[in-house]
Amino acid sequence: MIDVTGLYKTYYTTHKVEALVDVTMHVDRNEVVVIIGPSGSGKSTLLRCLNHLETAEKGQIVIDGIELTDYRTNINKVRAEVGMVFQSFNLFPHMTVLRNVTIAQTKVRGRSMAEAEKIAMELLEKVDIAEKAGVYPSQLSGGQQQRVAIARALAMQPKIMLFDEVTSALDPEMIHEVLEVMETLCREGMTMVVVSHEMGFARKVADRVIFMDEGRIVEEGTPDKIYDHPEQDRTKAFLAQIL
Amino acid sequence: MRDLLYNVRVRHSLSWSILVLIVIGIFFGIGKATKKVDYVWQWNRMPRYILFKDDVEITTEEDGTVKTIEEKGDRLSITVRTLDGGEANYSLPASADISVEEGDDLYAGDTLGSYKKWRVGILLIGLWMTLKLSAISGILGIVIGLFTGLARISSSPAPKWLAILYIELIRGTPLLVQIYIFYFFIGQVFNLSSQTAAVLALSFFAGAYVAEIVRAGIQSIHRGQMEAARSLGMSYPLAMRYIILPQALKRIMPPLAGQFISLIKDSSLVSIIAITDLTKAGREISTSTFSPFEAFFTVAALYLILTFSLSMFVQYLERRYAAGD
Repeated sequence: MIDVTGLYKTYYTTHKVEALVDVTMHVDRNEVVVIIGPSGSGKSTLLRCLNHLETAEKGQIVIDGIELTDYRTNINKVRAEVGMVFQSFNLFPHMTVLRNVTIAQTKVRGRSMAEAEKIAMELLEKVDIAEKAGVYPSQLSGGQQQRVAIARALAMQPKIMLFDEVTSALDPEMIHEVLEVMETLCREGMTMVVVSHEMGFARKVADRVIFMDEGRIVEEGTPDKIYDHPEQDRTKAFLAQIL
Repeated sequence: MRDLLYNVRVRHSLSWSILVLIVIGIFFGIGKATKKVDYVWQWNRMPRYILFKDDVEITTEEDGTVKTIEEKGDRLSITVRTLDGGEANYSLPASADISVEEGDDLYAGDTLGSYKKWRVGILLIGLWMTLKLSAISGILGIVIGLFTGLARISSSPAPKWLAILYIELIRGTPLLVQIYIFYFFIGQVFNLSSQTAAVLALSFFAGAYVAEIVRAGIQSIHRGQMEAARSLGMSYPLAMRYIILPQALKRIMPPLAGQFISLIKDSSLVSIIAITDLTKAGREISTSTFSPFEAFFTVAALYLILTFSLSMFVQYLERRYAAGD
C-alpha cells in the first residue's frame, strides 16, 4: 500500500537539519503502523511526506501503485485517497461541523449536498458527535474537535489514514475518546500510519512499531518486541525516558 | 466606605475635567485667533451651497396671444395661440406667480410666470462626486488588491515580482504625481475623461495598499488551514476560495475600512484635474464668498460625515459576521 524507498529530506534553518536520512519503509494493506521517536526525529516529516505536504529531495514514495515523487502525478488525486489528521485539529473555524465534513466531498468528490450531508451525518454518528453538527468548531472541546477532524478525513473515503500526534494537544481525559475512535478504525481494517506515544494504543492495535531517531529508522518490529525487548541502545534510552 | 475603586473614580473625574477644559480652551483659542485677523464669521452664507431655492421662469417660445389659463389638478396650464394658428401649452405648479392674463399679446421670450424650486448646491454636488469616485475606486481597488495580493504570495516569480514592482511603484510615489500621470499621460494616450483618469489613479493607488492588506491577511491564517484543505484533496485555488480567503477577508475588514476612509480623504487630490469634488466645491465657495473658514469647516464636516458613517457601518459588519471565532 505504501512503499518508501531511500527518502532524504534536509532543512536549512539556522543550521543544516537532516530530517530524513535514507528512510525505507513498507506498509501493507490493512496494516497499522505506529511511529515513535524523540521530537525532531523526523517522524512527523515522514508522515507529511506521505501526503506530499513536504517534498523529499531524494527517494521514492509509492502510494497504492501511484508514484507520489513523480512530478506528473496529480497530487490532489492522491491526497483525496490519503486522509490526514493533525495535532492541532485544523478544523475550518468559519464553517459548522457539518460543513467541515461536507466541503471536500462536494468540492473535490463532486457529491451533491444531500448525499454529502448523509455521509457526513453517518460519520459524525460514528465518532459520536452528531448532536453538534450545527455548531462551530470553537464551541467544541479539543477531543470533540479531533473527532470531527477524523470524520472530515473519513468523509473522503480514503484508503489510508495518517495520524500526526493527534492526542498530543489534548487534555488527558479527552485522549481516550479519540483513541477509541481510532481503535474502531483499526478493527474495520483501515490502513493506518500513526505518529503517537500512546503505548497502550500501540500495544492494542499496532501490527508494527517503528522507532526513529535523527531522521533514521533505528528499529522496527511488533509492539511487544519494541517495547519489551528493544535491541538498539537508542531505543532503550528513549523508552526509558517516556515510561 | 471607601471602596476599592475609589481612587480610580477620583482619577477618572479629574481626567474628565481636564478633557472639558482642553476642549473649551481649543474653542477659545479659535475665537481669539479669528479676532486677531479681524475675521467676520458669516455662517449664514453656507446653507445656500447645500440646498437653495431657485427662481424658475417660464417663458414663451413663439409670439402669440394667451388663450386660456386653467387649473389642472395641482398644476396651472397656460395655452398660447401662436400667430400661425397653432397652440402651445405651458405647465406651471399651482403655487407659481402668473405674470400674464388671458388675452395678453406676447413676444417670444416673454415671462409667463415664475416659481421657486429647491436645487442642490455645489457642496452636495461635490459631496456626491467624492462619494462616487471613492466608491468606484474602492471597489476597483479591492478587486485589483485581491489579485495583486494573491500574486504577491505566489511562489512563481512572474506574478510575484510583477506584484512587488506595482506595489513599490505606487507606494513609493505621491498620489498627486500619480493623478497627474494618469490625467496627462495615460489620459492623453487613451483619450480618457478627467473623471475616468481620476478613478483609475485612485483605484491603482488603493489597489497597492489593499494588496498588502490582503497579503498580510492571508499570511495571518494558520498554515494548518491550508494543509488541512490540501490534505483533503483540494487544489490550491479551491482551498484559497473556500478555506483561506473567507477567514482572511473577515480578519482584514478593519484595515480595509481604514484604507477606504483614507481613500475618501485622498480623493480630495483629484480637485487639481478640474473635477468638482467636495474640496473643489469648498475652494469655489471660498473664492466667491471670501469666507474661507466657513467654507472649509463645512467641507471638513461633510468629509467627517462620510468617513464616520463608513467606520460605523464596518463596526456593524464586524459584529454581524463574528460567528465562528
